[in-house]
Amino acid sequence: MNQILYFWPFIKLGLTDVWRHKTRSFLTMLGVVFGVGSVIAMLAVGEGASQQALDSIKRLGSENIMVTSVKPSNEDGASTGAQRGRLAVYGLLYDDEVRIRETVPGVVVTVPARMTRRNARLNERQLEMRVVETVPEWFDVVQRPVLAGRVLTPNDMRMRSNVCILTEYGVRRLLAAEGIIGQHIRIASGVFEVAGIVKNETGGAVRAPDSEADAYIPLTTGTRLFGEANIRYSAGGMEGEKVELSEIIVKMDDTKAVETGSKAIESVLTRFHKKKDFRIDVPLTLLREAERTKRTYNIVLGAIAGISLLVGGIGIMNIMLASVTERTKEIGIRRAIGARRSRIVIQFLINTCVLSIGGGVVGLLLGIAIPFLITVFTDMPTVVQPYSLILAFGISVGIGIIFGLYPAMRAAALDPIEALRHE
Amino acid sequence: MIVQMTEKLCPPDDEVVRFDAVMRHYTVGNEIVRALDGISFSIRRGSYCAIMGPSGSGKSTMLNILGCLDRPSSGAYWLNGRNVAEMDDNALSDHRLRNLGFVFQSFHLIPQLTVSENIEVPMLYLGLPHVERRRKAEMLADRVGISHRLRHLPSELSGGQRQRVAVARALANDPAVLLADEPTGNLDSATSIQIMGLFQELYEQGKTVVLVTHEPDIAAYAKANIVLKDGRVLSITEKEGVM
Repeated sequence: MNQILYFWPFIKLGLTDVWRHKTRSFLTMLGVVFGVGSVIAMLAVGEGASQQALDSIKRLGSENIMVTSVKPSNEDGASTGAQRGRLAVYGLLYDDEVRIRETVPGVVVTVPARMTRRNARLNERQLEMRVVETVPEWFDVVQRPVLAGRVLTPNDMRMRSNVCILTEYGVRRLLAAEGIIGQHIRIASGVFEVAGIVKNETGGAVRAPDSEADAYIPLTTGTRLFGEANIRYSAGGMEGEKVELSEIIVKMDDTKAVETGSKAIESVLTRFHKKKDFRIDVPLTLLREAERTKRTYNIVLGAIAGISLLVGGIGIMNIMLASVTERTKEIGIRRAIGARRSRIVIQFLINTCVLSIGGGVVGLLLGIAIPFLITVFTDMPTVVQPYSLILAFGISVGIGIIFGLYPAMRAAALDPIEALRHE
Repeated sequence: MIVQMTEKLCPPDDEVVRFDAVMRHYTVGNEIVRALDGISFSIRRGSYCAIMGPSGSGKSTMLNILGCLDRPSSGAYWLNGRNVAEMDDNALSDHRLRNLGFVFQSFHLIPQLTVSENIEVPMLYLGLPHVERRRKAEMLADRVGISHRLRHLPSELSGGQRQRVAVARALANDPAVLLADEPTGNLDSATSIQIMGLFQELYEQGKTVVLVTHEPDIAAYAKANIVLKDGRVLSITEKEGVM
């Protein structure tokens, strides 16, 4: 408290000095205002963008490994002709799921899924949906809020019952509301009772396991109605492909196990698959990549903002040097009265800090206002983080000290006799 | 002046200022200017003394050394029992702060500060708390007859009033010596008489007052005169109090 009271006269002096040279102080502060404002605004925009990416990755689950069937590329051009009229068999097998579950250490659960696009029909309304034939554990791994009803149960699996869970979007497209629970919809050749509605995640940079219009049915029911594998013939009926499982989601017991797990899965699968007809996605790796990108982004933005702050600081230093010349006599008087050099340094540092902190506070407000306006007018998400405010304030104090030090030292180094004589 | 003071004995307690063979030389080009060329005298505590001399007599150099703004090239200057010649910049600053009160010809008040704040500056550097500074500033302003102008800026005051503020500021830390450099140089004769009256009062209250002036009229107020010429003491005349 005593310290504050000691500094107060100098702070007051700094404030009156700023007030006396209003225009000059304002122009000097502008450099810091824009510097600090741009630091906060840029960090907020960057954070908003990266958080959007990170969110969509996190929705995939950071403990999950996603193994997807892909059609192998035909390297030899001749095979296309030779395979005409044949059935292309590729992709993940039921056995693969068992192998992964039993040989890869750290696996908590594996969720097999077979996805097909089929027509769904409610009364007069028709919609092409993605039918996901899967097991109840899907909903443990892909966690989505249940909006109405329930999700699939082991009982559904055992009974091979004709029930389906729809996504919110799909329900809306079928022009139905929550009242759809218990009603029946027709999917391809089967009639299903709607048991529940879940929310779905769409958009974002990374593909989520769920899509907009999904209908989840028990894998056993799917097998009963549509067969053990997904066989699809092209229009001419000459070509076709057979896929047992479209996807296996593997949940590991720990985030740390994900990377080793994905390598183990790859080696297990490679042993049984002649062609590379699967793809392994690790959301965690994507997360890491996104974080790296974010870091790079921050460094670039930081450098730009840093340069503008530097320019602002130099402006302040320039003015303070002018101020030292202007106040040479005052310095002489203070020294004659008995002020040590260090007191003169402190006085001028405080003066500079009043300028830079003043600019910093205005810049802070600007830095909060700009992201807000960006969000309002462009719909781009921005996140003003508390740390960036503290950072910006710290920077403005730092600028005051760094760029104020040289003029202050110059002031203190003046010879009191010479300074007193100065007119 | 070959034999210099080597003994670091303190001067007697009643001597507040003591010059022992003080020399101050400047080098200008290849020439050595002997601004002070072996000066010895002492001033007793509570006396009123004027240092006189025409321009070029070494008066300004004398003032700078006396005011602890400069150090002797050789010799010893004791102010309030401590040898200034041996001090570094910080010690010199502190010595000025505690033991000297400056009154300048052109007042040298800080223009941005009010009268009260100007008087408080030395106390601020001494680290006195806010409330005590205020109280003491009011007391000092009352003592020099300026208490009705405490909230004013120096630019709003007349010359005489400004000099009163300067005296109040000089007294702020209760210094051993009040050092005045041509205190009436910028004042008209009527105001000069008032200010000299103020110094007389302070002398009567027991302050040690040292005037540096070239005007015999002003020097006549003092009880003793030291006259300089060419960097040496020409004469010391004494009504009372000067050794």
